[in-house]
Amino acid sequence: MKENVVLEMKNIHKSFPGVRALQNVDFTLCEGEIHALMGENGAGKSTLIKILTGVYEKDEGQIFLKGKDKAVVIRSPQDAQKLGISTVYQEITLCPNLSVAENMYIGRTSGMGMNWKKVNKDAEEILKSLDIPAKATQQLGSCSIAVQQMVAIARAVDMDCKVLILDEPTSSLDDQEVKKLFKLMLDLRSRGVGIIFVTHFLDQVYEVCDKITVLRDGQLVGEYEIKDLPRVKLVSKMLGKEFDDTTEIKDSSLIYDKEDAKDCVFEVEGLSSNAGIKPFDFSVKKGEVSGFAGLLGSGRSECVRAIFGADKVVGGTVKKNGKVIKITKPINAMKNGIGYLPEDRKRDGIVGDLSVRENIILALQVLKGFFKPLSKAEADKFADEYIKLLDIKTASADTPIKSLSGGNQQKVILARWLLTHPEYLILDEPTRGIDIGTKVDIQKLVLKLASEGMSVTFISSETDEMLRTCSRLVVMRDRKMVGEISGDDLNQSKIMSTIAGGENK
Amino acid sequence: MASFKKLSGLKKKVTGMTDTSLLLTITVLVFFAMYLGAVLFLGEGFLKPQTFFNMLNQNAALLIVSCGMTLVMITGGIDISVGGVVALVSMCCAINLDCHGGNIFQAILISLVIGLLFGIVQGYLVAYLEIQPFIVTLAGMFFARGMTTIVCEKEFGKVIQFNVENEAFVKIKDTRINMPEFLGTVSKRGVFIPAYIELGVIVAILIVLILFCVLRWTKTGRKFYAVGGNNQSALMLGVNVKRTKFTAHVICGLLAGVGGFVYFLHIGSGSPTHAAGMEMNAIASSIIGGTMLSGGIGSIIGALFGVLSLSTIKDIVSSMGFDENWWTGITVAAMLCLFLIIQSIVMARKSSAGSKIE
Amino acid sequence: MTKIFKRQIFIPIAAMLALLLFNLIIDPSFFHISLTTNNAGDPVLSGNLISILNNGSELAILALGMTLVTAASGGQDISVGATIAIAGSVVLKIVCGANEVSVGIVLVAFLVACLVSMAFGAFNGALVSIFKIQPMVATLILFTAGRSIAAWINNNAQINISDPKFTYIAEFFPGLPIPTPFLITILCFIIMALFMKFTNIGLYSQAVGINENSSKLNGINPVFIKFLTFVILGLCVAVCGLIKVSRSRGITYSSIAENIEMDAILAVALGGNALGGGKFNMTASVIGAYVIQILTTTLYKYNISSAALSAYKAIVVIVLVVISAPTVRRKAKAVTDKIKANFARKEVA
Repeated sequence: MKENVVLEMKNIHKSFPGVRALQNVDFTLCEGEIHALMGENGAGKSTLIKILTGVYEKDEGQIFLKGKDKAVVIRSPQDAQKLGISTVYQEITLCPNLSVAENMYIGRTSGMGMNWKKVNKDAEEILKSLDIPAKATQQLGSCSIAVQQMVAIARAVDMDCKVLILDEPTSSLDDQEVKKLFKLMLDLRSRGVGIIFVTHFLDQVYEVCDKITVLRDGQLVGEYEIKDLPRVKLVSKMLGKEFDDTTEIKDSSLIYDKEDAKDCVFEVEGLSSNAGIKPFDFSVKKGEVSGFAGLLGSGRSECVRAIFGADKVVGGTVKKNGKVIKITKPINAMKNGIGYLPEDRKRDGIVGDLSVRENIILALQVLKGFFKPLSKAEADKFADEYIKLLDIKTASADTPIKSLSGGNQQKVILARWLLTHPEYLILDEPTRGIDIGTKVDIQKLVLKLASEGMSVTFISSETDEMLRTCSRLVVMRDRKMVGEISGDDLNQSKIMSTIAGGENK
Repeated sequence: MASFKKLSGLKKKVTGMTDTSLLLTITVLVFFAMYLGAVLFLGEGFLKPQTFFNMLNQNAALLIVSCGMTLVMITGGIDISVGGVVALVSMCCAINLDCHGGNIFQAILISLVIGLLFGIVQGYLVAYLEIQPFIVTLAGMFFARGMTTIVCEKEFGKVIQFNVENEAFVKIKDTRINMPEFLGTVSKRGVFIPAYIELGVIVAILIVLILFCVLRWTKTGRKFYAVGGNNQSALMLGVNVKRTKFTAHVICGLLAGVGGFVYFLHIGSGSPTHAAGMEMNAIASSIIGGTMLSGGIGSIIGALFGVLSLSTIKDIVSSMGFDENWWTGITVAAMLCLFLIIQSIVMARKSSAGSKIE
Repeated sequence: MTKIFKRQIFIPIAAMLALLLFNLIIDPSFFHISLTTNNAGDPVLSGNLISILNNGSELAILALGMTLVTAASGGQDISVGATIAIAGSVVLKIVCGANEVSVGIVLVAFLVACLVSMAFGAFNGALVSIFKIQPMVATLILFTAGRSIAAWINNNAQINISDPKFTYIAEFFPGLPIPTPFLITILCFIIMALFMKFTNIGLYSQAVGINENSSKLNGINPVFIKFLTFVILGLCVAVCGLIKVSRSRGITYSSIAENIEMDAILAVALGGNALGGGKFNMTASVIGAYVIQILTTTLYKYNISSAALSAYKAIVVIVLVVISAPTVRRKAKAVTDKIKANFARKEVA
């Protein structure tokens, strides 16, 4: 172990049933360094962090900490804290109903009593020294999210942490708050704390970080000094495509001839929702596959959620065939022929305990209305038809959907929306976490649907997939629409440079 | 314009307050407003200090039980078995003293043991087996009520209400502690009647003080708040969530036992119908006292004011001529409903204001 | 074979058979049914089984509504006993207000009681769905106030109605040897079955109970569905109220339908429905209700008073929830897996 290294993870392996989440990953963190951990969905960064914080146990590999001769064993979050590894999560893991000082000191020592005067004084001192704008006796819930996050950091610092993990701390902060947080991070760096910074925002990485480690598909891509890795290269490393790697994309015969796609079915103007996206314009053309590109957290899902009425719309209009329609609830969108396959299948998509049949007919049933239930025969017919059509692998239509594999669950949700024969189908990450075969099936299906005249919006973290299916891409960055790419511009490098933004124009 | 500024200043103050003190302030204001209204419009009865002390005398047991309830509610749970436990305790004490020649210490021991047993069993089921507290304690309530009847039937062969005539007990029961002279009144005949409180009130006040200190200043006390506020977070902060919940239920059970004894001391008899609806009154007192059902927010002082508010409104209703006993039930329920909705609105407002600031 | 054991309806049926078997062994005369003549000179069926079918009616009807509420809101309504008192009180007020008891006036009284109960159901529903208060706490309000309101409606008057036109409801219609409450229960069951067949209430309430997010994204309005289930339960409560006051030919405000909320929750749980909401089986709940009635009747046979009964039932509830608690199941599974593994290892060796 080198002199100034505080944490070294070697040959970390971790697999879950059916998935190899991490394979042979190394990670090294030095004193006084801010180290970005980057990777798209499923790259394994959250698994790595969870191993480090004791939420998961590693299958293989060793973790070394400065000052410990042997490899350390981390079995619980408490173990990690005792070893000086502290984590600040995106969602606050403090108690909003307690005071700032209480949050900093509770659960750290045993015994009944507590000298609150001293605690408050100590807390006040730490807050002051870190320049955190909060009072020790203030209720935590009355502080802004940024300050709450800083309090969590202060707690970690006071627990004498050597490794501080910041897991997407900035995703719910505004620019000013991010600045304050960065100041705090730089301050800690100068005190010799090693910081692991996980974020989706590229700008932020280049603003504060010293090093970047990139993971992809559970494997280490590499560790880089920040100055050696320009943005576009970073994006290509994350997405796994080199710049000139455009050969295989155009060969797909499946790309639909987009000459016919002229008439706009839906037009979206200045739409914004309470989920924090900046107003955006978008048009949906008949028989066209469009896409929203951007890194995770860039606001691509929020845009389509706004169109579907899933989030509360706060401004803007949606027009159908030139006429303004009112979409405040999902049912309005459904009645106007829009279908939406949500990003989080488990939370928003499946109704776990219901059977495959009931899950398939759910949306159609709701559209038909409360007093017009489908007969058993009809439901059976639809279910069987779509189980066959989409090749859903299930024991029977009566099987609860939660016992199906991820890919088959996704097909059921897809069947649910196809059954309503929508004019416009939104697919948010339809291929996430499912096997290759099903992925290709879904891509083919999307193109087939479009050739039959349906408009489809396809969102995916994988650029290949988008290139293979979409004829027009809207690029999002930091919850803002930053560009629209179509025609000959539609290639990896253009997409990546638009996603990356910043200096590499 | 100036008044507008003042208003917005007030608003700022309100949003700056901790949730606990905000809800407590509402309760205290409501209580004083009601009492003042009663004094102004319903005449002098309310001006006599003894009216106030009687409120304490009659509700000492409720106050003790409400303290336990508040504690459990702060951790995010609920305990509706307390009324049943009070009835069971007073029945067992009565039988012990009346039929088995027991003494007062045995009675106290019985109360504590019954309360503890309920607390431990329910606490274990809720905290360690993670069963919904409502179901567990609902069953506990029916069990306690059923046991009260069974115990009574076993002793007397039928369900009856009976008074305890054990001399030592009656002596303690009738003990009055006189208050300073200036609080007393002089009757029409010119005889001085001192204001008094009963022994149970002393016990209740002691418990309020102890619990207040524990909740406010000890680490154990703050852990109850942490668990109720967000038990995932509390776990991450290193709090033993299960043990904390268990402790809360055990203390609540124990206090129900103590409350049962104080109730028995006040009423001096045993009956399966004793303390009917007490769990409801205790929950109502806690909620009126600013304890949130969702946990994490509330205070023991709130419970005290909740009990006082509740008994004030009962007194008001009865002195307004609505003597029939059903009015009590309706008023309590209406007040509970009102405060539940206030809580729901206050918290919704607060959270929406909070999200706007972000 | 294993399929039968996995079916939800297996649990209540097995419980029922076990209880009946117990009675068969202890006292075979439990099953004796005879055709006797009642006071009015009509032939009627009597016997323990008939009285179970008769007395279990209210519970079975309540179980219908309670199952829906449980499925959609993941909680239970504990105010049903108190609202039965209100409904009964309303019925009596109107019936006694008329000069003479006629079929028409009873019908009017019933309809008014339905409206009143539905209004109270709507009150509970609004607290749960709009104000997002936990169902059991929200219904606690009426649980306290209900009996007081019932007493207030009739000014706490002691009412006695012995007009046969009114008591038919809880006894026998002339010429029909089957107790009327059982007929009413069957009617309610059929109506509920038709309602479930011709509307989507079943699918919607299960979807809302299982995954509210997903339901919302599929165009269902969870607030309305929860509200609706409470109103439907209100309707069931009105029917129970009518039967109850007819059965007792009057009303005791403090004790009518006492502890029935406990039984209704127990019925739903015995029917194998998750008390946390989600999938339900209405028939299983109804069978569960009759199981409880068999238990009650059996315990009565051994001279256990009605007030003491609740202690025994409480134990049954605790045993049921402990068995069905996820933590316990997980632990039990871990233990059985270990045993199996040991067994397998031995076999290999």
